[in-house]
Amino acid sequence: MNLPSDTVTKSFGRHSSFRKSSSLAILLLLSVSSALFLGSNASATETEAAPTKLYGTITDKDGIALPNIGISVTGPEEFTKNVETDAQGNWEVEILTKGSFNLTINQDDLPEGQSLTDPTKATIRANVFSLGNDLRLLFPIGPGIAKASMLERSAQLALDGLILGLVIGLAALGLNLIFGTTGLTNFAHGEILTLGGLLIYYLSAVLKFPVLVAAPIGVLLGAFISGFLQDRYLWKPLRKRGTGLIAMLVVSIGLAIFLRYFFLFLFGGDTRQLPQYAGQAGLEFGLVSITPKSILTTSIGIILIILATLWLLKTRMGKASRAVSDNPALASASGIDVQKVIRAVWVLGAALATYAGVIITINQGVSFLMGQDMLLLIFAAVTLGGLGTANGALVGSLIIGLFVQLSTLFIPTELKYVGALIILIIILIIRPQGILGKKERIG
Amino acid sequence: MDFLFITQQTLSATIGVNTIIFALAAIGLNMHFGYTGLLNFGQAGFLAIGAYSVAVPVVSFGVPLWIAFLIGIFNSIIFALLLGIPTLRLRADYLAIVTIAAAEIVRQIARSATFNEWLGGSDGITGKFGKDFFDLNPFKSGLDTPILRFNANDLWVVIVGWSLVAVITFVMWIMVNSPWGRLMRAIREDEDAVRSLGKNVYLYKMQSLIIGGVIGSIGGFVYALSRQSVQPDNYGTALTFFAYTVLILGGAARVFSPVVGAMIFWFLIVFIEQILRQGVSNNLIPDWLIGVNQVGQIRFMLMGLGLMALMIFRPQGIFGDKKELALDAKA
Repeated sequence: MNLPSDTVTKSFGRHSSFRKSSSLAILLLLSVSSALFLGSNASATETEAAPTKLYGTITDKDGIALPNIGISVTGPEEFTKNVETDAQGNWEVEILTKGSFNLTINQDDLPEGQSLTDPTKATIRANVFSLGNDLRLLFPIGPGIAKASMLERSAQLALDGLILGLVIGLAALGLNLIFGTTGLTNFAHGEILTLGGLLIYYLSAVLKFPVLVAAPIGVLLGAFISGFLQDRYLWKPLRKRGTGLIAMLVVSIGLAIFLRYFFLFLFGGDTRQLPQYAGQAGLEFGLVSITPKSILTTSIGIILIILATLWLLKTRMGKASRAVSDNPALASASGIDVQKVIRAVWVLGAALATYAGVIITINQGVSFLMGQDMLLLIFAAVTLGGLGTANGALVGSLIIGLFVQLSTLFIPTELKYVGALIILIIILIIRPQGILGKKERIG
Repeated sequence: MDFLFITQQTLSATIGVNTIIFALAAIGLNMHFGYTGLLNFGQAGFLAIGAYSVAVPVVSFGVPLWIAFLIGIFNSIIFALLLGIPTLRLRADYLAIVTIAAAEIVRQIARSATFNEWLGGSDGITGKFGKDFFDLNPFKSGLDTPILRFNANDLWVVIVGWSLVAVITFVMWIMVNSPWGRLMRAIREDEDAVRSLGKNVYLYKMQSLIIGGVIGSIGGFVYALSRQSVQPDNYGTALTFFAYTVLILGGAARVFSPVVGAMIFWFLIVFIEQILRQGVSNNLIPDWLIGVNQVGQIRFMLMGLGLMALMIFRPQGIFGDKKELALDAKA
């Protein structure tokens, strides 16, 4: 399956120089605005010419490591070297000179049924401008494009899209509920996903809990930390102070930046897989293939969404939360404890978002950028469906998920998120309130 | 600790190239957010448009640099129109989401392999596209004093850059104190009231978006020229967020605040960074707590916390006026 794997791996690729010790290398990947610091830190960067590593991991489409794949590297001053991937699919080459290096994968080493998704990318070029900045390089591998028919590809992409939509939906539901009850546009919502991923990684890889135990504990912990504690100690005091909505929006941006680098500080910049179920083979169902872990995590996700919807529609608390969304003052006047409702919404939203992070982690692994990469898709979904409408968020999520995946039939895979964002803008022109939004919400 | 070195690095950064870039980006945002109340989270997109418009025509098509500047201004106006036409009728938070999405679209297209031939993919563009500019450099050698250090090229960029900032700030001052500027502030406070006076609010918001965007893209020119390279990932959402930090630090809706905000911002960043770095390398800070590679991470964490604290405890910034600033959208 193909959840937002590209986001995780590619964005990691763009912060490529991760593992090395040169101070510049760290700065470079630290920030998207990193080169800004070149100027101010020039003196810190000229310390020593560390050897530079070109490295990467070769896996098939499902993330299963491919060992013993040969890669030949050629570079300036008649540099040539041949390496093979190890059992985890990792390879690396150390170089000591600047310049352009060509890396060629030996396609004959690929197992049956696997080939480069883009046959023209058998050789990729790595430009090393300064030593000490490691470069991560990717050879995208999957079932050869030519082999799958248009129908098969569409079916598989539609399935992948639905699953992606579900993950977005889990996160979007919480974002939307929080927006509805408090008016907060939470830019730190993505970090709830990341925290969820890190929690389950810690529980299962470090404390050695089985994933099936770690996942529920992780979700409960996530709901407690990201939901209860966050609301109790950050947002509730801010609401009491009467902090404006846009001021709170900026606070959430600050929180997101802080948490992102805090996670990087604790966890490092790698994408890590859970030890269990890492390389599960896909099951074939007619036109599509799906891994058992994906079936299970997705099914639980659907159940959670149904439960959350029932909570909203049937329980007193759920009804109260809708009342608060409509009119907090009136809800408060009619005896609803608004702060309690908001607390409940935060806990529920955080639990759902944490579970979204857990799904991504089980299926693709976790990195500190996971939440950031999902955030724009979540926003797109919410805006598409209509800010503040619970069902709208789900509809928007499925549309975004399907569109992101299916658009790769016609546009290059790397541009699939661009397509989703363009659709978002087009829909806002035609129907600014979103698909299910109420007209009054337009400013 | 080498305090002289720390002082030199910090002061050079305080008036350095990065300060100029952020000051320009924040002056643009001040037009959008401070004076008109537009929540533009796509300022990085404007800088990217500016930077690429300088690099691409010169490197890929051999256009003279001075024409490339005009192309950059033109492109940023087009980008502002594209952004503004669908979004300026929407509520503030919709505008925020759409602009952030649009800036991401720009960055992802710029870094995509599909347009590698012209835009250089994720490596961006490196080349001597600033040659025409640096040929005019009267300085043969850089500045090397105990408190300030610039190489010859940086010195030239810094002097031209600060002149630009001065001119633009002056023009901004004239604009916001004109009847036009008062109208902008009126839009920020109450759109409907302005509408009831028969003004076309949509049109005025568009003017604000274009002017602020063009100023941002000039920041992009400086960014590209000062480094003689353009890299797509420098123009991510973080750039926009830090430009907001600069603006809020100085105090939105004040003409000089982006400039002062940028200076304080870079002073703090480089100062903290240097102190931490020296502390770690001189073993004043234990290794298990902060590794030498983690200094940058700590700095970003502090930036995030700083932005939060600023917004909670002093949303008007250092020079801002709380009354002037309606930091609240009508939800």
